[in-house]
Amino acid sequence: MYKFGIVVFPGSNCDHDCYHAIKHVLAQDCEFLWHHETDLERFDCIVLPGGFSYGDYLRTGSIASLSPIMKSVEKFAQAGNPVIGICNGFQVLVESGLLPGALIKNSSLKFVCKWVHVRVENNKNLFTANMKVGDVLEIPVAHGEGNYFCNPQELKGLGENSQIVFRYCDDKGGITPESNPNGSIENIAGITNKAGNVLGMMPHPERCAEEMLNGTQGKLIFESIISWLNLNKKVAGRA
Amino acid sequence: MREFKVKVEVKLKPVVLDPQGKTVLTALHNLGYDKVEDARVGKLIELKITDSDASNVKERVDDMCKKLLSNPVIEDFVVKIEE
Repeated sequence: MYKFGIVVFPGSNCDHDCYHAIKHVLAQDCEFLWHHETDLERFDCIVLPGGFSYGDYLRTGSIASLSPIMKSVEKFAQAGNPVIGICNGFQVLVESGLLPGALIKNSSLKFVCKWVHVRVENNKNLFTANMKVGDVLEIPVAHGEGNYFCNPQELKGLGENSQIVFRYCDDKGGITPESNPNGSIENIAGITNKAGNVLGMMPHPERCAEEMLNGTQGKLIFESIISWLNLNKKVAGRA
Repeated sequence: MREFKVKVEVKLKPVVLDPQGKTVLTALHNLGYDKVEDARVGKLIELKITDSDASNVKERVDDMCKKLLSNPVIEDFVVKIEE
């Protein structure tokens, strides 16, 4: 059993969904972490959940990225540990500089809340290691500012370093403009850092991790993390 | 010590699409203002700062813009200082 820490900012609202998925569906140890905490020693994975931290004031994720806990999350990530940011968590990761690019207003200017398909673009990271390239997952999105933007050099770098993990697609895996819910550059739905241990994604895997919620494919992402921990974290007294 | 009034204009970089600006442009055209060619929506942040001299203020505010007030990936900023 591994210990997941779920960071709670003022305005986070998917923290309990993540807790439920990790604790009750995946049967892992899980703890909420108020954003003032700085000691992450005891954790194996940190989750930045969705929501509207600080009311999305100034820019989404911008104020949360300066919370005391984020310095520790940065160190935790630099040590090679898994960090996953979902929706607002992704916005916090780009604002903190742990991931490149930015998330701007949806091109439709509307809040988009629906099921989408994403295609697995690479499995050379710990979050999709259990999947095959080309696999199509159905996962819900719910955001107003999920339009991924980066400059052409950064985009090139993302491709060359296999940092693009998910792209929005149709149900057969076709990358089409119609399947892009927010205007993201090249249909990007999720990216990792260069090392592949920090993932940011707009869709919500915690909302589709059990049959009761009409979808279980989100569970695959958490299971990939656990598989990686099994291989890399055989710490005495744990696992 | 002097009191400075600082205005920080934050705008999206020209290469970043501004759907809000596009919508404002369409609305202006609908009102009959058909000579308007483009509209971009930005932010204005006003600060009140007490400091000994203006060059300090400029340096500090530039720093604030880089760290928090703007996101250098998508935005440019302009700082105007009044006493």
